[in-house]
Amino acid sequence: MNTGRPLIQARGLVKRFGDFTAVDGIDVEVSAGEAFGFLGPNGAGKSSTMRMVGCTSPPSGGKLRILGMDPVRDGPAIRARLGVCPQLDNLDPELTVRENLTTYARYFGIPRRVARARATELLDFVQLSDRADSKVEPLSGGMKRRLTIARALVNEPDIVLLDEPTTGLDPQARHLVWERLFRLKQQGVTLVLTTHYMDEAEQLCDRLVVMDGGRIVAEGSPRALIERHATREVVELRFAAESQEAFAGKLDALGERVEVLPDRILVYVPDGDATVAEVAALGLHPTNVLVRRSSLEDVFLHLTGRTLVD
Amino acid sequence: MVTLVLPRLVDVSAASRRSASVTERNVAALRSVYWLLLVSGFVEPLLYLLSIGVGVGALIGDLTLPSGAVVTYAAFVAPAMLASSAMTGALAETTFNFFGKMKYMKLYDGVIATPVQPFEIALGELAWAMLRGSAYSAAFLVVMVVMDLTTPVRALAAFPAAVLVGFAFGAVGMAISTFMRSWQDFDLMSSAQFVLFLFSGTFVPAEAYPAVLRWLVEVTPLYRAVHLIRALTVDTGGWSWTLDVLYLLAVLTAGLLIASRRMGRLLYK
Amino acid sequence: MTQLTRPALPRVPALRVLEYHLVGYRRTWRAGAFSSFLLPTLTVLGFGLGVGAYIDGGVGGVSYLQWIVGGLLASTALQVAIAESTWPVFGNLQWQKIYFGQRSSPLRVGDIVAGHLAFVLFRVLTAVIAFLLVTGVLGALRSPWAVLTVPVAALLALAVAAPTFAYAASVDSDSWLAMLFRFAVIPMTLFAGVFFPVESLPLGLRWLAYVTPLWHAVDLCRAAVLGVAPAWSVAGHLCYLAAWAAGGWLLARRVFARRLVV
Repeated sequence: MNTGRPLIQARGLVKRFGDFTAVDGIDVEVSAGEAFGFLGPNGAGKSSTMRMVGCTSPPSGGKLRILGMDPVRDGPAIRARLGVCPQLDNLDPELTVRENLTTYARYFGIPRRVARARATELLDFVQLSDRADSKVEPLSGGMKRRLTIARALVNEPDIVLLDEPTTGLDPQARHLVWERLFRLKQQGVTLVLTTHYMDEAEQLCDRLVVMDGGRIVAEGSPRALIERHATREVVELRFAAESQEAFAGKLDALGERVEVLPDRILVYVPDGDATVAEVAALGLHPTNVLVRRSSLEDVFLHLTGRTLVD
Repeated sequence: MVTLVLPRLVDVSAASRRSASVTERNVAALRSVYWLLLVSGFVEPLLYLLSIGVGVGALIGDLTLPSGAVVTYAAFVAPAMLASSAMTGALAETTFNFFGKMKYMKLYDGVIATPVQPFEIALGELAWAMLRGSAYSAAFLVVMVVMDLTTPVRALAAFPAAVLVGFAFGAVGMAISTFMRSWQDFDLMSSAQFVLFLFSGTFVPAEAYPAVLRWLVEVTPLYRAVHLIRALTVDTGGWSWTLDVLYLLAVLTAGLLIASRRMGRLLYK
Repeated sequence: MTQLTRPALPRVPALRVLEYHLVGYRRTWRAGAFSSFLLPTLTVLGFGLGVGAYIDGGVGGVSYLQWIVGGLLASTALQVAIAESTWPVFGNLQWQKIYFGQRSSPLRVGDIVAGHLAFVLFRVLTAVIAFLLVTGVLGALRSPWAVLTVPVAALLALAVAAPTFAYAASVDSDSWLAMLFRFAVIPMTLFAGVFFPVESLPLGLRWLAYVTPLWHAVDLCRAAVLGVAPAWSVAGHLCYLAAWAAGGWLLARRVFARRLVV
């Protein structure tokens, strides 16, 4: 694989729907072997970006090169080397689990014999071998998702695009998906994913951009982003009052930064336990105290003043 | 045909291979009951032929065509049943089923993420509808020969014509589907289809209608299709059917162009 | 001032079910009216007048238009009745799951079936009455006895809708509904004496036509429209149709109970 040139290169990329600008001039580069993430709340422009990268949505402006080619002119050639796992599963309800993979392989011009072998291999990889001849309908959400991921791998793609791969799954199903994706990453497959779960981004992404309102507000590795935009620890305080606001003023001096949410106050500090002691010394008695490490959630809160999942 | 409609397309073989993969999907999706439904599709025009052509025909006797040829009522009705079943079969596959796949199953959202392009989906679906329709047409033509309503040679000539009729209506159906908003819209379409079925020179010669109505009828695609197949299977002489062929080719081209352009717009959001 | 009281159970619960279907119909009646009224009218024109013009002697001493009108009326009732009891019933069970919602109210299974059947009856009656008005204006009805076609159509509707309810509630794929049309409804419409006399069918097929509920309604409706006595006994026809309705009702209630009471 060519490691010198970026696989995905976007400059000032724009997507408009009528008057609405979904993606407002973003610059992105993804190189081979990377796991790259778009983190942001619903409506940040992640899915629109993914569809443009997937060559199923023509850009409204800016420059976009995928695998060194032009997505509008060379759509089929690019898509031949992409694997796409869309936000909503669009599996074929009239086919069995296995047929979903073999027919999809045929869209890529993969010979029947190869398609069958590949399907068996992939069903094993996503742990669906025992459901191979079942219809899609009775599968659980997590199984459908894994099947969609297997389908995205049927053409041995250079880049796999995953749009919110675990949204709507229960915790157990999510971990199973993460584990499979992590395996892919280890095999050197280039992953591009969107998510509004910070834990997902932290687990899977080498590098990510934080998107808000169609723009990129920060970029870096999860660790670098946390170091740059948050402190090492966070103290979460909850007071038994109508409004947390009244207490915020008294806490200002304790941390580098204080964020007031409707139901709690976050104090950003290098050493959480020390701060808890200081709070008690001030004569304040929160009903609930939690000390934790800073996460991407805190980065996002700092950058946009809003929480990721609302 | 492909290069004619889409001059931009350079790699014809890759495109037809991709279209074929869409057709293949439909073969894979064939399941027990649907199979039965599919295979039994050819009985419908046959039932109409026996009921109206033979049953009502016994009350009517022979008919004189505009060309002067005298035929039995069954022989008059048979080509019309062939044409309208080609229409119905093609429309069923390209409207109802196509719309369901596009809007409800979101099938094509998955397909466009592969190298397959919208017009290739359109061609693939159309090819599937034609595979099905052609089999019905062939079976019906065999029945016509067996019932002595036409000769084997004429039946052979009428077969490609029936396929063309199916193609033209299939393309129109696909174009119509891209404008449909919900299932309710299909009620209107099937009503329109039934009106065409009743009045396209199917059961009585269009010459029997008042002048204005007659001209209206004669420009509808089903009338042209009936006229074409009747000319090939039972009528004598004349070349007026070549006009029908050109007309249907034009309908086919327009339908395909509109369908693939609209699909591109609907799918590549 | 007033105390909130628990609402009394409706006296005839099925009427509440009917009400539900009528409310839904208020939104979609236009499309339905088009296919259940305009299309039969066009068939009268296309066949009665169009094809009729080529039938010089008429049939049995009356013009083809007058002869065919009674049969088309019965076949309209059949078409509407079956269309309304196939996909809607299947959909209420499999897609929108309406029946299950009704089932979790105090309604009994019988109420649910009866209420929906009443709605089918409503659809058939409106279609048939509209058909009578139009054909009356066209002068195709020879006798005032024609009004008797309304109760006959109602009985036919029940005779075919009730067993169709049972059928639609027991199949697992809607392809089976299309099969019903292809192998029962269309052949019945084409060969049970609507377009040409059953007497011209070969003997075996003729008996097949006699078995269909449609033929009995056709004979009654045609006689009423022409103002003559039907070929077979009126009581016999009515009993035969009633037997279909009763059998269908029992079957439908059983199948519904099996599907809804789990």
